[in-house]
Amino acid sequence: MECVFGLVGDGFAILVADTSAVHSILVHKSNEDKIMVLDSHKLIAASGEPGDRVQFTEFIQKNVSLYQFRNGIPLTTAAAANFTRGELATALRKSPYMVNILLAGYDKETGPSLYYIDYIATLHKVDKAAFGYGSYFSLSMMDRHFHSGMSVEEAVDLVDKCILEIRSRLVVAPPNFVIKIVDKDGAREYAWRESVKDTPVSSA
Amino acid sequence: MARYDRAITVFSPDGHLFQVEYALEAVRKGNAAVGVRGTDTIVLGVEKKSTVKLQDSRSVRKIVSLDNHIALACAGLKADARVLINRARIECQSHRLTVEDPVTVEYITRYIAGLQQKYTQSGGVRPFGLSTLIVGFDPYTGVPSLYQTDPSGTFSAWKANATGRNSNSMREFLEKNYKETSGQETIKLAIRALLEVCSFLYFRMSLGMVITKYYEHLYYSR
Repeated sequence: MECVFGLVGDGFAILVADTSAVHSILVHKSNEDKIMVLDSHKLIAASGEPGDRVQFTEFIQKNVSLYQFRNGIPLTTAAAANFTRGELATALRKSPYMVNILLAGYDKETGPSLYYIDYIATLHKVDKAAFGYGSYFSLSMMDRHFHSGMSVEEAVDLVDKCILEIRSRLVVAPPNFVIKIVDKDGAREYAWRESVKDTPVSSA
Repeated sequence: MARYDRAITVFSPDGHLFQVEYALEAVRKGNAAVGVRGTDTIVLGVEKKSTVKLQDSRSVRKIVSLDNHIALACAGLKADARVLINRARIECQSHRLTVEDPVTVEYITRYIAGLQQKYTQSGGVRPFGLSTLIVGFDPYTGVPSLYQTDPSGTFSAWKANATGRNSNSMREFLEKNYKETSGQETIKLAIRALLEVCSFLYFRMSLGMVITKYYEHLYYSR
């Protein structure tokens, strides 16, 4: 049910994730942020087992920070992706993390990049990727409309098309999505796409 | 006396741990380091002697960051410092991971001092031969702090302190001239304290300084 997808544009990479935290038939909350800011120029979107998702991504984030303090320079996106994959691979045949990850980053030398890392430690550098049931729809839309070097407006337009498909065609489609972007100016939240708001309950 | 300084775990009859005191001697031979706490600024200064012409001085890091809001300078055995600093950096991240909060200056000082103490009470090891000056801002209140640890594992907070070579003269100077300062005044006080003991003869004497203003930011990739 979790939908995570992303793509690379002209000088930026964009990640989109649904924001519902679900347990069986109950929606705990619909504003759960599943895209973590790994460091100033990296984003990590994760889907899968909720406990593993938070535990694993926070662990990666703290280790990336430690590397930067120890060495005085930050990790490249490729290095961070390979480190993440390595951790998943090591745990795989002991006690696997059930987390699928899309890692997006911007490096000054090489520009934007997107890495697909699934729960059995597959690593691919890609231009567009998606996880979850939503991937059936978002990948198809991206295959149709994506071209390399898209502008931010074109990319967000494509993202909205994907979200529309997911909302209309997926039986238990998540209502809300968060969009985050990373470019030379850093990683930041771009927008939310909400169709259901958690309204505060008025007192009696 | 010779029989009581061989192994660290042995007290002398008059209650001394000689290895710890010898470690303090090593500190007294190290480069001078000074720390001053102001109302909104904290300054660390380290004497840098450029007697080696061919050495790339930029590769010698005497003031290091432990976390976004904490810095450390030390006097004594720099190789020992690397070990201590590495453990402290890991602890900073580990603390953030387990309690989702950055460390306070007091916490990390207590941790480093605890580490130094462990090595005064274990078999077959020697104490770390360095004293550290740890500065930082409280992650929530922004209040600045300066702490000092030494090879015995004791630590305390200071308004201003010095360690290493000629630390007594620097401390005397600080005691005479200390007052609550902020911003540039704090930096000036630290520089003046260091200049008390650094020789003017060496042109290429440089003062390595870290001025930390309160901030919580993500480490920049590029």
